[in-house]
Amino acid sequence: MATQQIFSPLPGIFYRKPSPDKPFYKNDGDVVTESDTIGLIEVMKSFNEVKAGAAGKIVRFLAENEDAVMAGQPIAEIDV
Amino acid sequence: MAIKKLLIANRGEIAVRIIRAARDLGIATVQVYSKADKDSLAVRLADETVDIGPPQASKSYLNQATILAAAQGAGADAIHPGYGFLAENAEFAAAVEAAGLIFVGPTAQSIRLMGDKVAAREAAASAGVPTVPGSQGRLESADAAFALVEKTGFPVMIKAAAGGGGRGIRIARSAEEFHHLMPQAQAEALAAFGDGGLYVEKLIEGARHIEVQVLGDGRDVIHCFERECSLQRRRQKVWEEAPSPSLTHAVREKLCTSAVALAKAVNYRGAGTLEYLYDDRTGDFYFLEMNTRIQVEHPVTEMVTGIDLVHEMIRIAGGEPLRIRQNEVRVSGHSIEVRINAEDPARNFLPNPGTVSALSVPGGDGVRFDSMLYAGYTVPPFYDSLLGKLIVHDKDRPSAMRKLERALAELSVEGIFTTKPLHQALARDADVKAGRFHTAWLEPWLESHAAGLATAQPLSAVKVAP
Repeated sequence: MATQQIFSPLPGIFYRKPSPDKPFYKNDGDVVTESDTIGLIEVMKSFNEVKAGAAGKIVRFLAENEDAVMAGQPIAEIDV
Repeated sequence: MAIKKLLIANRGEIAVRIIRAARDLGIATVQVYSKADKDSLAVRLADETVDIGPPQASKSYLNQATILAAAQGAGADAIHPGYGFLAENAEFAAAVEAAGLIFVGPTAQSIRLMGDKVAAREAAASAGVPTVPGSQGRLESADAAFALVEKTGFPVMIKAAAGGGGRGIRIARSAEEFHHLMPQAQAEALAAFGDGGLYVEKLIEGARHIEVQVLGDGRDVIHCFERECSLQRRRQKVWEEAPSPSLTHAVREKLCTSAVALAKAVNYRGAGTLEYLYDDRTGDFYFLEMNTRIQVEHPVTEMVTGIDLVHEMIRIAGGEPLRIRQNEVRVSGHSIEVRINAEDPARNFLPNPGTVSALSVPGGDGVRFDSMLYAGYTVPPFYDSLLGKLIVHDKDRPSAMRKLERALAELSVEGIFTTKPLHQALARDADVKAGRFHTAWLEPWLESHAAGLATAQPLSAVKVAP
């Protein structure tokens, strides 16, 4: 097992939920596949899904819901 | 009470526009800003600035209490909301007035009335302004709906009362289709929204978007003629003109008179816009909604009438009566505005924040560039993609089109992709040159012209994750 980081592909606001009244896409400890959505980045009012990018287990999120993030910023750690 | 110090509760190009107008009138300015906007042009230009919090609009530009406190702390006597954010928030307008400050805009009551679709439609009907034929309220039964469409004729749109943003809309082109689609729509609305209530509205195919600018002082109202904004992508205007290339003199007269009647009926105060659908085959127009604020595309009206709308709305807010009589409002020449957005038209309008490494702005007579840009500025990713508006004015539409092409060629925004190539392609298009378009024209055009929109624009500043 190696720990990798999942990076934000874009600058913007990071959301961990598909909409405010919905639960988080993923929680610490969840097992994910490569194509699973782990969050959204809102850039200039358009919403872009962030994929896990690798199969594994999420160790922890490094960015909180509604955090402002930069492109390339790590947003979660994943054990693959 | 004349305004002495104005707080601008907005950002971007409109904040710059308002600061300039206030300064022209000898009014001091206070610019609020989020952490993401501390290097913005508006912050650089304003007399005073107040930090109102983090980049997220919900925590800064939409934070009513913080903005009110900033106004009071800075000793401002008025707040200009611009467009978007809190501009059409009745609760905020009321809070500003309750705090003893001036809201540069209409009363909270007007905002509330026009913000309620059913109430606005009723106000229009009682002022004798035509609305799109359809159900006045929600329809509960298929029989009631059918009785109605027999009167309106086909095609009709069936919409979920609880829906929005185009969800749950069906189009029926015949009685047979209607009987087939109505139960489906009802079941889907119930499943999706927990509410089976439906509206039925006549579908005006190939309609143009035409809007009338009004100015009111709470007693009297004048119009400043119309703008046509039919070139839209995903219901966002991209190109606006004044006057409309499609109206006859007689229809223009009727349309503008109807707008004044409705604005007068609600004792409208400030600058406002009444939006209509216009069917150029029948000459019929239908009121859609009223925007109770200054609009992005206001400059084309300013260019053809010579009226500074932002000046006028600030003067009215300060308590002055309307200074311009209707018979003094005249249209001279033709004006076109194109929206320069931080989006790449060659890649499906991908948003493209980043640093503007160099900037050249077009000039000459009848060319105006209202923008938030300067060389070295980093466009933040947190807000909408509008960077600025290029506006041209000339003696007639063909001259204005040529001037637009010339001005676009002079405009250079380096470091980020913009919608400039889209406007260059539109300005060369035969249909656009002839004014042959409607609200559903641009999207299919984009599909067939996607390849031509890729140009030698600079590499994106958006970094790709490692």
